[in-house]
Amino acid sequence: MSPQNYTFMFFGFTVAWLIVIGYVISIALREKNLRKELDRVKRMVEEGEQTRR
Amino acid sequence: MRLKIIVTLTAVAGLILAWNLYRIFLQVPDEANQGAIFRIIYFHVPAAITSFTGFYIAMFSAIGYLVTKDLRFDSIAASVNEVSLALASITLCTGSIWGRIIWGIWWTWDPRLTSFFVCWLIYVGYFMLRRAIDDPTARARLSAVLSIFACVDIVLVWKSIEWFRTQHPGPVLEIRGGGGMAPGMEAPLWWNFLALLMLATALILIRTRQETMKLEIDALRRHAHAF
Repeated sequence: MSPQNYTFMFFGFTVAWLIVIGYVISIALREKNLRKELDRVKRMVEEGEQTRR
Repeated sequence: MRLKIIVTLTAVAGLILAWNLYRIFLQVPDEANQGAIFRIIYFHVPAAITSFTGFYIAMFSAIGYLVTKDLRFDSIAASVNEVSLALASITLCTGSIWGRIIWGIWWTWDPRLTSFFVCWLIYVGYFMLRRAIDDPTARARLSAVLSIFACVDIVLVWKSIEWFRTQHPGPVLEIRGGGGMAPGMEAPLWWNFLALLMLATALILIRTRQETMKLEIDALRRHAHAF
């Protein structure tokens, strides 16, 4: 078998892992943004309720 | 509790994957005709089966939404479809790399490859549709319908290697009526399937919680605008 066979095998495994890692990173970033947004909206609601009183 | 389940699933999946990498590279021999490149099967096939499982779970969740109108079913369907789409992308990419060595081409419009690519495009479209609609109930209803119809293509993908004999090989695994693999070579494939299934479950749990957070944010925004 040609050395290209091994190169492409590692290439395939690398791509599979990169997709998994990239997806996990995207989930982590979204989690961070969602938490920030949730805190911001909660503060907005609290401020709105205080103004109403 | 949810965090404990996520951590446990990820840790066990990680251990299985690491142990399997050792087996795949150091214990499993090269395939007689294909050589080392055949090892791509250990990611290509488990990722495909896990993604199909996910797409069907999402379909049942979509039906659940249409029946009950409970947005939690929509959150589950969206989360499961997203994780399954990531796994389907692994299948597409690894298949293309495998094909480059075995067939000498990156891609061909073979029925299996084409139907899988169409399936992938449908689910990409599913997320484009979700982004395009702001109203949560309209978004949930339309994406549920698309999720149900998309599953028809999965049947085509699954059966295409039996109905058409073209570039993609026919069934290999015994469970699908193929000739089967040597037990020592087949076992890591099923272990990888289990590991990917556990990893996918952990990711789905995280994504479902995020979708619930989005609903909470939407509700709070509506509440804030009411002032």
